Formats: sequence, C-alpha cells, structure tokens
Amino acid sequence: MNKGIKTLPKMLLIGACLLFAGGASAATDAASTGEDTARSKSESTADHSKFEELNKDFESGPEVTEACLECHTEAAEQVQHTKHWTWEYLNPVTQQKLGKKNVVNNFCTSVTSNQTFCSACHVGYGWSDDSFDFTSEKNVDCLACHDTTGKYKKIPGLSGHPNYDTMEWPPHSGNFREPTDLTKIAQNVGKTSRQTCGNCHFYGGGGDAVKHGDLDSSLLEPTRYLDVHMDAEGLDFTCGSCHLSDSHEVSGSRYAPTASDDNGALIRGKKDGRNPTTCVACHGNEPHPGTTVSTAKLNAHTDKVACQTCHIPEYARGPIATKMTWDWSTAGRLDEQGKRIRIKGSEGRDSYDSKKGTFTYERFVIPEYTWFNGNVKFTLFGEKVTEDKVKINEFLGGPDDPDSRIWPTKVFRGKQPYDVGNETLAVFHTAGKDDSAYWNTYDWDKALSWGMEAQGLEYSGEMKFVETEMSWPITHMVAPKEDALTCAQCHRENGRLQNISGVHMPGRDNTPMVDTIGWTLALLTLLGVLFHGALRFIMSKKD
Amino acid sequence: MERIYVFKRFERFWHWSQAALIITLLFTGFEVHGSYTVLGFETAVATHTTAAWTLVGLWVFAVFWHFTTGEWKQYIPTTDKVVAMFRYYLTGIFTNAPHPFKQTTLSKHNPLQRLAYLFVLLIINPLIWITGWFYLFYNSWADWGVSWLNIEYIALFHVIAAFMMLIFLIAHVYLGTAGHTPTAHIKAMVTGWEEVD
Repeated sequence: MNKGIKTLPKMLLIGACLLFAGGASAATDAASTGEDTARSKSESTADHSKFEELNKDFESGPEVTEACLECHTEAAEQVQHTKHWTWEYLNPVTQQKLGKKNVVNNFCTSVTSNQTFCSACHVGYGWSDDSFDFTSEKNVDCLACHDTTGKYKKIPGLSGHPNYDTMEWPPHSGNFREPTDLTKIAQNVGKTSRQTCGNCHFYGGGGDAVKHGDLDSSLLEPTRYLDVHMDAEGLDFTCGSCHLSDSHEVSGSRYAPTASDDNGALIRGKKDGRNPTTCVACHGNEPHPGTTVSTAKLNAHTDKVACQTCHIPEYARGPIATKMTWDWSTAGRLDEQGKRIRIKGSEGRDSYDSKKGTFTYERFVIPEYTWFNGNVKFTLFGEKVTEDKVKINEFLGGPDDPDSRIWPTKVFRGKQPYDVGNETLAVFHTAGKDDSAYWNTYDWDKALSWGMEAQGLEYSGEMKFVETEMSWPITHMVAPKEDALTCAQCHRENGRLQNISGVHMPGRDNTPMVDTIGWTLALLTLLGVLFHGALRFIMSKKD
Repeated sequence: MERIYVFKRFERFWHWSQAALIITLLFTGFEVHGSYTVLGFETAVATHTTAAWTLVGLWVFAVFWHFTTGEWKQYIPTTDKVVAMFRYYLTGIFTNAPHPFKQTTLSKHNPLQRLAYLFVLLIINPLIWITGWFYLFYNSWADWGVSWLNIEYIALFHVIAAFMMLIFLIAHVYLGTAGHTPTAHIKAMVTGWEEVD
C-alpha cells in the first residue's frame, strides 16, 4: 500500500500547501536536503532551536502544536479558516459545496469513509471519522507544512499523525521507520518548501504524478526545461513564489481557478483582491516583449488563449509518467493462493493491482483543450446521473464569454462503481482495519454499503461500473520559451485546437468551395495564357 | 519606330516594388491560409504583415503622386475600342494585325488596361484592404464598435480578393509579353521608354 492511499485526498490542494506559510512566503530554502543545511541557510530572524518552549520531549503532534501556539497565538485559528483544514469550499457561482470532503473523483473516488487514510494529507491530527473536532486548535498540524528536515511524514492509516513508535513502512516491506523525532523537527521549523507542498500535492491520487499530470516529485529539483520558474539552477521558485499566502490562506485553487485576468500585472502592495497566482499577475496582459509584428500578434492572442496553452506544450514533461486511466471494474482478481496481484506495466508503474484495478500511464501527454472561464461544475454524490459516461466535473465557458480562454486540461478517464438503484455515483469504503474495507476483503457489497451509509445514503444493493471523465487544468511545468508551441501546431488542419469552436484560425479554417473555385479559375487563367502564348509563338513562326 | 517616355521614374519604382510586395503577399498569404508550408506559419504571418504595411506606405506616396501629377486620369474608363481590343487579342495578335490602340504619354493604357486596372483599384484593392485591415486589427473590434462583424466572412472575402489578385497577376504578366516584341512592354516598364509605331 504505500503512497497510494496516503494521497488520495489531496486533490485540491494545488498550491495549498503553503497554507501555513504565514505571510507571503516567497522563500527559497533547502528543506528537502536535510537537517543542518536547512537551518544554516534560513533567513529567519528566529532560531527555533533556542526556544525554551521547544526544548522538550514531545509525545505527539498536538503537543508540538500547543508549543507553537504559545508564540504564534493566531496561527491555528487562521489555518482553520482555510481549505487545507476544512476540505470544504462553497462555489459562489454554482453554489455547489465542494472541497475534498465533498467531491467525488475517479481516482480513489472519495474521502468519505476513508478519513483515516486520506487525512495523511490533512493539516490536522486525528481526523478519522465525522466526530473529528474541527474547532480544536491543537489538532492543527503545523509541521506538515513547516518541517524543514524532510523527516516528518504523516502515515496513511494513522489519521493524520506521523508514527510515534517504530513502525514497518510501507507495510510488509521489511523497512522500519524510527519514531518521529518531534523535538528536532520542531526546533527546525521554517518556511514551506517544494518538499512540504509536494509531500501531498505531488502524490495526489495514490502515488507520484498520479493525479495532476503537471505536479510530481520531479519538481523537487527540476531542470529549466521541465519548469522554467522552478529551475533549481535558475529562478528556483518555490511553490510559494507564486502561491502567495495571507494569514495562512494560500492563493490559487483548482476549485475556483482564475481562467483569465485582463487587469495587468499586480502592483506590489496594492490590495485589490485579485488572485496573485496567475501568469498575468507577474507577466501582465502583453507578456511578449518587443514591438515586432510577431510579438504583437502573440500578444493579440491573450484575449482568447490562456498562457498555459502555448507554454505548457505537454504535461508530465519530466521523467515520471502520470496516470491516464483507472478502471476499477477489474479490481479484485487474486492469484491462486488468493493473494493480491500487482503487474508492472510501461514506465515501471503498476498496470494492474488487485486493490485498484487496471491503469495506464503516460509521459509527455498532449493536453486536451477547452474553453474555460474558471467555473467548474461538479457531479456530486447523490446527484442522479445516467449510466452513460459521467462527467465528474465540467469546465464552463465558451468562445463568446469574455472571461473564457482556451485552456489545456488533463482529462482522466476511468470506470468506477455506480449505484444502480439510487442512480448515482457510489461511495465505497476503501481502506481501513475493518472487514468492510475493499482493500481488505475485495467485497464490493460491503465496501459500498459502508461507504454509502457514511455519505448518508442507502446502498440499493445493485451496482455496476460506469465510465467517468474528470478534467484537470494544466498550469504547472511551464516550459522555457524556446519550447513553447509553434504557431503551426494549432494553425493547421488537425492541429492541437482542431476541436475548439468559436474562433477563426487561419491555417485551420477555410472554405473549401472558395478554394476550389479560386484555384480552378487561377489554373484556367494560366492555361489560357499559356495556350494563347503558344498560339502566338506558332503563328509567328509561320510568317 | 518612335520612342516615347511613358513611365516616369517614380511610376516605375512604384510598379516594381508593388509587384514584389503583391507577389510576397500572395505567396505568404496562401501559406497562412493553409495552402502549403514553405516559410513556416510564423514567418509567413510576419512577412505578410510587414509587406502589407510596406505596401500601405508605398500607396501613400503613389496616391499623392497620382493626384499631384494628374496621372489618375489614366484610369478613367472608356468603352471606345474595347471591342476592337478584344478582337485584337482573340485574332489579330496571331496574324500580326496592327494594334488598335495608339499609345501616347497622355494616354498610356489601352482601353482594356484601363478597365482592368480600374477593376483592381475599385474592386480588388478595396476588398483586400478593408478585409485585411479588419483582420489585422481584430483585437480592436470591440473598441471600434464593430463587434458585430464576423471574422469568418472577413477572412472569406480576403481570400476571394486574393484569388482575384492572383488571376489578375497571371493575366497581367502574360499581357506584359504582348507588345510588338515579347519583352517590349517589360523593357518599357524598366526604362520608361516605349517604342511605338
């Protein structure tokens, strides 16, 4: 099991990790590399190892939090107002109640009934079921985001806690984790980092690179080619360089993305409520410098085309393949001894796992493109849907909507349980120590009964697998300019934007009849003058 | 054989630079249109746009020149001898019959030329320029209050005009060889001096 589970929950958090970053953290830092270097490189004015409050043996995470709160008195309350804590989000446009706690996806499908595992990516301690106290300040986990040692790991199955005792991890691996050294970790806290954000956001959906397609562990130390901003030897941005945070609220979220912004670059210090986590926030609305006809033409595209469309020519642009399909309907096959089967496929990733079904992975994937205005409509549990292919979410927008741009997306396709009687996507209990968890007993009926009940629904007793699609905006792994799309990758027949309607694209769009008539007349004219000329030539020879 | 000076220096410069620009515009335009790939889309677009602006500049001078010199009168159409011109191109030219039109400095275009050039000036050029202009400034439509325009039609008529220009070009180049010798007209367009009977 593995990262698999531990990550399930993380979907939404694009950037959210920084949540805890207190203030606009644009920091740098070497969180990933370990203990001593981290502190020596810190630019902080406080050396936490000199704090009396932290000079003690901590028994648990919440004890550390209590120590943090002695100085950072408002931190926990700030965190408790964020999506990283609530896992809830009310879409002001659609009025849909979203957030990880509420949405369905087509990876591990649902947090409901699986909190013990999913909460390994919750910024809290102890969320195992609906009785969790979301008002308890000591349950806030400061270390998930502020660890700089790289030693802090929340283990799936422990309801958001790291291991306090020696523990075999991954299970049955023969590897044993030492008890988490909370004192050392607490004495070395610092700004968020690619490591802390990535601990969850790189592993969403059950493993490295599984979910987003544009976020994976190759971004811990990317080359310029992979990400021009995060380039470890260049600009070296952290997540927080773009995902600025304020009172622990981290900007940038795929629940309410900013699909377009016509208001130019943000001015430092000016508070106008705009999302700072956009390309425009730094690059403005005329991002291509120079006054040539080419740059003018490129800048003229920004009213229709998102920056990402040209500047992220593929996703999973690094060494790690992203999951493209997940078919739950094949899960549960066991070998002759009744044991779990795992089969490796291309890219060295699982192509089959008894617990999860069948997968495919790809690298350098060409996105699918769609008009998008930032509003996403979800299909939620309990909502009636037919057995036809279900769109788990839908990007809204269109060519006549001035807020819409043509966006690149990852479309993740799968098959997952559907409750025939209730006509709804089904919640099932995936992981746990009980015998209803699918991963323990491979019994769909039990897993579905438990899962649906936890969702407040009653399982009808009849299930089938339906095809589902879920779209993800592609916005990370920005390529250097020399690797951006060239014009003709779209301006041609059957190019990248072949299926985008509502825009006229020279090179793609023409009127075949006009072309046929035009070229025919031109050809006839040419033949006519050649004939005329030949006749003149012949006649002149006669004389 | 008498020599008359029909094409003044600016006129010749205008003719040949315009010819080069129009050929460039046709060549790059049809690439942008998707008819073939030679320069690459980006280069084709950039060249097309640059050539278009250059032609605009050239025309500012040409329009000024035509009105200050009165040469615009050369394009006033006439029906006189049009039939004779047609008959000449259909039969007389093959039998070495005399040209029905006598060229002079004050009247350097034959009746068919007048009609053809007027067609270019009044139909093809306006069509290509107006559509091209709207095409180029697509992003300003809202500011101009013309958002009701349809880019598909703008593009369509731009292409139609381009085909018309292409057909004109083919016929024009050929008829350039229809002097008393195949190169006579072309030489005149270079030197300014036409040989007339």
